[in-house]
Amino acid sequence: MRSISLILAAFIVTPAFASSTLRVCADPNNLPFSNRAGEGFENKIADLIAHDLHKQVAYTWATENERFVRTTLKKGSCDVIVGVPAGVDEVETTEPYYTSTYVFVSRADRHLQIASLKDPRLRHLSVGVHLIGDEAVPPAIALGEEGVVDNIHGYMIYGDTSKPNPPSRLIEAVAGGKIDVAAAWGPLGGYFAKHADAPLAVTAITDTKDFAPLVFRYAIAMGVRSGDDKLKQQLDGALARNKSAIRRVLVSYGVPLTDGGT
Amino acid sequence: MTRRLSSCLFVAIVGMFGPALAQGDLQSRMQDDKQWVMPAKNYASTRYSGLSQINASNVGQLKTAWSFSVGSNHGQEAAPIVIDGIMYVVGAYPNEVFALDATTGDLKWKYSPAVDPSSQGVACCDVVNRGEAYDNGKIFFNTLDNHTIALDAKTGKEIWVAKLGDISRGQTLTMAPLVVKGKVLVGNSGGEMGVRGWVTALDENTGKIVWRGYSVGPDKDVLIGPDFKPFYKDAKGKDLGVKTWPPGRWQIGGGPVWGWISYDPKRNLIYYGSGNPGPWNSNQRPGDNLWTTTIFARDPDTGAVKWADVLNPHDLFDYDEINENVLVDLPIRGKMRSVLIHPGRNGFMYVIDRDTGEIYSADAYDNVTSTKYIDLKTGRPVRNEALTPLLGKNISGVCPASPGAKDWQPTAYSMKTKLLYIPHQHLCMDYKTSQVGFIAGTPYVGATVDMYAGPGGYRGEFAAWDPVKRKKVWAIHENFPVWSGTVVTAGDVAFYGTLDRWFKAVDARSGKLLWQFHAPSGFVGQPITYQGSDGNQYVAILDGVGGWPGAIASAEIDPRVRNGALGYVGAVQDLPAYTSGGSTLLVFALPHGNGVPNTEDGNAKH
Repeated sequence: MRSISLILAAFIVTPAFASSTLRVCADPNNLPFSNRAGEGFENKIADLIAHDLHKQVAYTWATENERFVRTTLKKGSCDVIVGVPAGVDEVETTEPYYTSTYVFVSRADRHLQIASLKDPRLRHLSVGVHLIGDEAVPPAIALGEEGVVDNIHGYMIYGDTSKPNPPSRLIEAVAGGKIDVAAAWGPLGGYFAKHADAPLAVTAITDTKDFAPLVFRYAIAMGVRSGDDKLKQQLDGALARNKSAIRRVLVSYGVPLTDGGT
Repeated sequence: MTRRLSSCLFVAIVGMFGPALAQGDLQSRMQDDKQWVMPAKNYASTRYSGLSQINASNVGQLKTAWSFSVGSNHGQEAAPIVIDGIMYVVGAYPNEVFALDATTGDLKWKYSPAVDPSSQGVACCDVVNRGEAYDNGKIFFNTLDNHTIALDAKTGKEIWVAKLGDISRGQTLTMAPLVVKGKVLVGNSGGEMGVRGWVTALDENTGKIVWRGYSVGPDKDVLIGPDFKPFYKDAKGKDLGVKTWPPGRWQIGGGPVWGWISYDPKRNLIYYGSGNPGPWNSNQRPGDNLWTTTIFARDPDTGAVKWADVLNPHDLFDYDEINENVLVDLPIRGKMRSVLIHPGRNGFMYVIDRDTGEIYSADAYDNVTSTKYIDLKTGRPVRNEALTPLLGKNISGVCPASPGAKDWQPTAYSMKTKLLYIPHQHLCMDYKTSQVGFIAGTPYVGATVDMYAGPGGYRGEFAAWDPVKRKKVWAIHENFPVWSGTVVTAGDVAFYGTLDRWFKAVDARSGKLLWQFHAPSGFVGQPITYQGSDGNQYVAILDGVGGWPGAIASAEIDPRVRNGALGYVGAVQDLPAYTSGGSTLLVFALPHGNGVPNTEDGNAKH
C-alpha cells in the first residue's frame, strides 16, 4: 500500500500553470520542425492550435534527444509535444494529423529516381543515412540487411548542436555532391530539398514489405503526458477544426504526405 | 576541543611544508592507510585499507560522525579522497568541489566551476562524476562539459583549466582522472553520440596535452607502434582499428574511456578498458570493430600500446569493458604471476597476465546466457547464436542485460582474505523489435530493450570471489542492482550501499551482515576509509541515488514506461517507492573514540 501511494504521488500531473497558455516542448534548432525563431512547421501548427483554443504559445526549449521527453514534458515544464509518432508508449498521443514517409533524396541533375531499398544501384552509389545512438533509422538497418554496408555514410542526427539544424547536414551532403543519395525522413528531405543550393529530387521509399517489421511510414500526432486526457481532447478538437489549414502549412514546407499505412 | 584544535594546527603545518615534501610522493601516500589519495586507493586499484580499528567484532556500533550536503540531487558516484587530514569531494553536475576537515567535517573551501548547463542534456545516463585525483599539492577533476581542472589543494584556487572536448558534439567527461608520473590521465564519454573514444595525458603543471591515444582508427592514432606485442592472433596486423570496420566507419566508432585506469609502476604500464562500438547498428559495422571493448596496456610516458585484448569483438549487447582492472600477484599454474583481474561487463571474471595479455582464466561470475564460454586459445567469447539479435525477431532471456553483470561500480580486493568483493547487478533483457523506430525530427522514443531480474527473482548481488580457485565463496542477494562501489579492510569488514538506501557492513570472510544504516537516499557512490587526526578510523560515502539505474528515482522518469533510461527503468520500476534523490556525504566512526570497543564482549550487533 505504501509503495502504491508513493508511486501514485509521483504521477500527479502538473496542470498547465495558466489555461490561457499552450505550453509547448520543442527543439530550438531543428528545422523544418521547430526553432527558437518560430520558423518551423511545428511552430506554425502550434500557433494554429493555440489560436483555436484561445491560448498563447509558451515554449520550453530542449534538444530532442533521448532525454527530451523526461526532462521537459514529464518534468511538467511544458504540456504538449507537437510531433510524435502516433501511439508511442512514452506519451499519450492525439489523433494523428499527418502521415509521411522515408524518402530518397538525390540531385535532380543525376536523374537517379531511386525508390526501392533493393535498387541494385544502391550497392555502388554513396548513400547517406542518419544515425542515432546504437539504433539506426529504418533505412540504415534495411540497407544493412541487404548487405549494403561499405558505401554507407553516417550522419549523426544530433550532430554538432552548435550549428544550425544539425540533421540537415545529410541533405547538404547530397546537394554539395559529397554523397549521391540520402535516405531521410520525408519532412526533413522535402524541406531541405526545397531550400538546397542545387535542385534535388525527393522520392518516397517503396517496396518495403520484405523489411517488416521495420516501418517506413509513420503517422504523426501530438503528445501529452499520460493521463492528461483533458488537454488531449482539446487538442483533438482543435486539430480536427484546423485540418485544412494544417495541411496547407505542411505542403508549404515540402512535407511529403501519404495516406497512411506502412 | 583542545585536542581537535591542536590536530588542526598540525595539519596546517604539514600543509605548509607538504608540497615541498610531496614531490613524487603519491606512491608513499597510497600506502599510508591514514589517507585515501585516489578513488581506487592505490595504483593497483585494490580499494583495500590496512586499517582495523573498525572490525568485524565492533562494526555493529558504528555511528554517524558528521555529514555534509554537496547540494545537487543527482546520482552521486564520486569517491571522496583524503590527503593530509583534508577530505576532497566532488558532486554530480554542477560538479562543485569541497574541501573538508576529514575529522571534524569543517568546510575549508569550496570551488564552483561554471559548467555549461546544456551538458546535462548530452550525458546518456544521469550527470554523474566518479571522483578526483591528487598529486603534488593539486586536486584534479573533470566537469561534465569536458573540462579538466587543477586546483590548489590548500586554497581551492584554480591553477589551470583544460578543455578536452565539445558537448555540442556529444562528448562529456564523467570519469575520475588518474595521475601517473606527473601526467593527468583522462578519458571521454559519449559512445552513443558518435564520439571517437580516447585517453589523454595532460601535464599536471600546465594542463597541456602530452599524448592522446584513440580507441579506434589507424595505428598512429591508437599509438600502436613497434612495441606492440599482442598475445592473440586477432589483434595482430596493421591498422586493425581501421580494417575491422567497413570503410571509414571507425571515425565515429565509439570505444569511449569512461571507467578506471590502473598503473603498474614496476612495468611502467597503465591498464584500462574501452567502451562499446557505436553509434552504428550492428549490421552496419560487420567486423570485429577494434579497438572497442578492449583492455589496453600502454606506456604512460608516451601512450604507446604494449598489448591489447579485445574482449567482445563486434559487440552486440552494449558490453562496455570500462570496468576496473585490479592488479595483484596470484599463484597460477604452479607459480606466482602478475595479473590483472577484470570483472567483465559480459559476466566473465578475466584473469590476465600483465606482461603479455594472456588470459589465464575467464569464469562466469553471474548467470550468463549470451556467451557460452571464453575460448582461451583465441581470447574470444563463444556466443550463444540463439540469442543473437536479429531484425524482426523477438529475443528473450539475454543475460547479462546491457549494464553487464557488473558496470563501472568498482570491486575491492582484500590482501588478507585474498578475495575479490563484487557489487553487481543480476539482470536479463529481452530485445523487442520496435514498431516505432527512430524518426528524425521527433523525440527519440525508439528504445527496444526491456530489462528484468535474473533467475531467482533478485536484481543485485554482493559477492566474494576467489580468483585462484575461480569460484564464488559467498553471495548476498539484493532486491535492487548493487550500483555502489565497495571497500574492504584489514578489520575483515566490507562496506557497500544499496539503491534502497541501506549502507551495509558485512563480514569479509562469511558475508554475514554486521551493521546497516538507513540513509537519506539510495547509494551509487564509493565508500572509502581513513584515519582522522584524532586517531579514529572513519568510513565515508557519498549518498544520492541516480546514475543509469537510479535515474528513475532522481530524475523522475515515468516508471510505467519500461523502456525509459535506455531500458533500465523496466528493471527497477519500483525504486521510487524506496528513495528519492539525495546529495549527502555520510561519515561514520565508532562512538567512543580511539576505536576501543565500549562493550566488553566486543560482539557484533545485528
